[in-house]
Amino acid sequence: MFNRDRWQEIFETIRKNKLRTFLSGFTVALGILIFIILFGFGNGLKNTFKEFFLDDATNTLYLFAGRTSKPYRGFKANRRIEFENSDLADIKQNFSFFLEYITPRISRGASVRYKNEFDNYTTRGVAPDHQYAEKTIIMKGRYINELDVKNKSKHAVIGRLVALDLFKQEDPIGKFIDVGNSVFKVVGVFQDDGGDNEERFIYIPYTTRQSLEKGNDKVDQIIVAFRPELGHAGALAFEKELRTYLKDKKSIAPSDPRGIFIRNVADQLKQNQQFANVLQLIVTFVGLGTLIAGIIGISNIMVFVVKERTKELGIRKALGATPKSVIQMILQESIFITTISGFVGMAIGVFILNNIGETLEDYFIKNPYIDMETALFSTLILILFGGIAGYVPAKRAASIKPIVALRDE
Amino acid sequence: MIKINDLHKSYKMGNSSLHVLKGINLDIEDGELVAIMGSSGSGKSTLLNILGMLDVLDEGTYELDRVLIEDLDETKAAKYRNKFLGFIFQSFNLINYKTALENVSLPLYYQGVGRKERQEKALRYLASVGLADWATHLPSELSGGQKQRVAIARAMASEPKLLLADEPTGALDTKTSYEVMDLIQKINQEGKTILVVTHEEDIAQMCKRIVRLKDGVIVEDTKVDQVLAAQYVQ
Repeated sequence: MFNRDRWQEIFETIRKNKLRTFLSGFTVALGILIFIILFGFGNGLKNTFKEFFLDDATNTLYLFAGRTSKPYRGFKANRRIEFENSDLADIKQNFSFFLEYITPRISRGASVRYKNEFDNYTTRGVAPDHQYAEKTIIMKGRYINELDVKNKSKHAVIGRLVALDLFKQEDPIGKFIDVGNSVFKVVGVFQDDGGDNEERFIYIPYTTRQSLEKGNDKVDQIIVAFRPELGHAGALAFEKELRTYLKDKKSIAPSDPRGIFIRNVADQLKQNQQFANVLQLIVTFVGLGTLIAGIIGISNIMVFVVKERTKELGIRKALGATPKSVIQMILQESIFITTISGFVGMAIGVFILNNIGETLEDYFIKNPYIDMETALFSTLILILFGGIAGYVPAKRAASIKPIVALRDE
Repeated sequence: MIKINDLHKSYKMGNSSLHVLKGINLDIEDGELVAIMGSSGSGKSTLLNILGMLDVLDEGTYELDRVLIEDLDETKAAKYRNKFLGFIFQSFNLINYKTALENVSLPLYYQGVGRKERQEKALRYLASVGLADWATHLPSELSGGQKQRVAIARAMASEPKLLLADEPTGALDTKTSYEVMDLIQKINQEGKTILVVTHEEDIAQMCKRIVRLKDGVIVEDTKVDQVLAAQYVQ
């Protein structure tokens, strides 16, 4: 391997057979380049998918109330069920083992005005923990806090797009806006990965909303987050217990499918993850396919190269080249070329991926990348198979009788 | 130099087998210049291939320089070829992407001679065939006669015991043929044993001994008065 003479012989052969060298090198470089780019695009697709579907916290249950469909405990069917503040407290108390946090959500549309700008937005009366449920990111100021809830203060946290619509370039923090018929002080601006609609919400303390509505204690919706350690099975068990408990508390027949609805994000998460897995499978499959295509390409080139050299090999053998030295020469040359061009192709591929960045976001490819291990591993695989692909025809060529090889034209 | 005893060779052709050499006995002394003649199908090429260890015999014995050649695998054959034999082919068989000098130094590479010594030696042999000025030229830039002289220099470079020439003038015109034969005669005069396979009578007459083959047996083996090719060459 480190025989200087042999290397010189190989370099000479490479130098004097530029087209052949270029062809085999090009095949290898192209193979690995396409693999890296496709694999990177696949990862970009996965990134987009994650952004679309995995925005909200995934360990949450959404509780809604509706009308019952069965009579129970002296109540008639079609009774309207509503959540109240006491439900929040009861869940907190009875399910503390499962619970990570709990927050109500009261959604109301409202016309919102600042100076001469106004528009209709959805306000959400929430508790501080709502921030985690929506994965809200605070850009400026702060979120609703416990004090706001306790004091029923008229503080509002507005979405980035609300701020843009109403305040233009002005700093909204500390300014007052009209929400419906009352005046709120803006204490924070948020952004959300969930898209434009999510950034058009206005968050206010749920107690403030209740006091605005004649001091009731009704809650539209309860969002319950369970401890992630519970896993999918634990979440289902929790959901079941919670349902039983609430039905009992609200006097809903245990067999009544209506009355209380629970949307479990874990179920959705499972589906989404399955989809993500299928996506990963496709990416892997495409990658594997390209890699195999690359290997076949190299094999073809190697067969061609050895075929082209049959006569030369015959001459060398007549002059005293042993079969071993013939195989060694071909292999060393092919591995040398595949290694160099393999890494060149890899470098170009990684370079292209790094420079694409956000430019293909319109095609659902966001931040395409390939991890270094995969890139290196696939390059090595290609080199290895390039070697094997070279070995088979080389071995055959080396065992051809020189007299036969010499007749080859 | 060569001792062949009751040599048989046949080729399998499907179900039947073709008996090409049917008991050849041949002794060749050191320093001989032997022409092997015969029409096509007489077995002369097969004989040369066996002598050149490009092919194996079925029956009989082959002794080269008092070494019994037997149990040939490719590796062993390659070593013997490198050590004992120099080949000259009808179609020259130079490697087309290597210069004249590199072609001549190739057998030395397989002998494990160092690069510098290889170059010097190759240049010396190239000079001996009168082509020192053409050392850096590719075969495609040489005439037929020049190519064959490069091939002869290459065959000589490994300092073989025996030169085997398979129709060395087959691809050359008469004048060039005589030039090449002149060179072969000179090499022979320096003491090298040479075997020439040919079907041209005038070329055969330039050797010292003619062995005629017909249908796989030697039908005639005569010493001849050598015609010197030099008289045809200016």
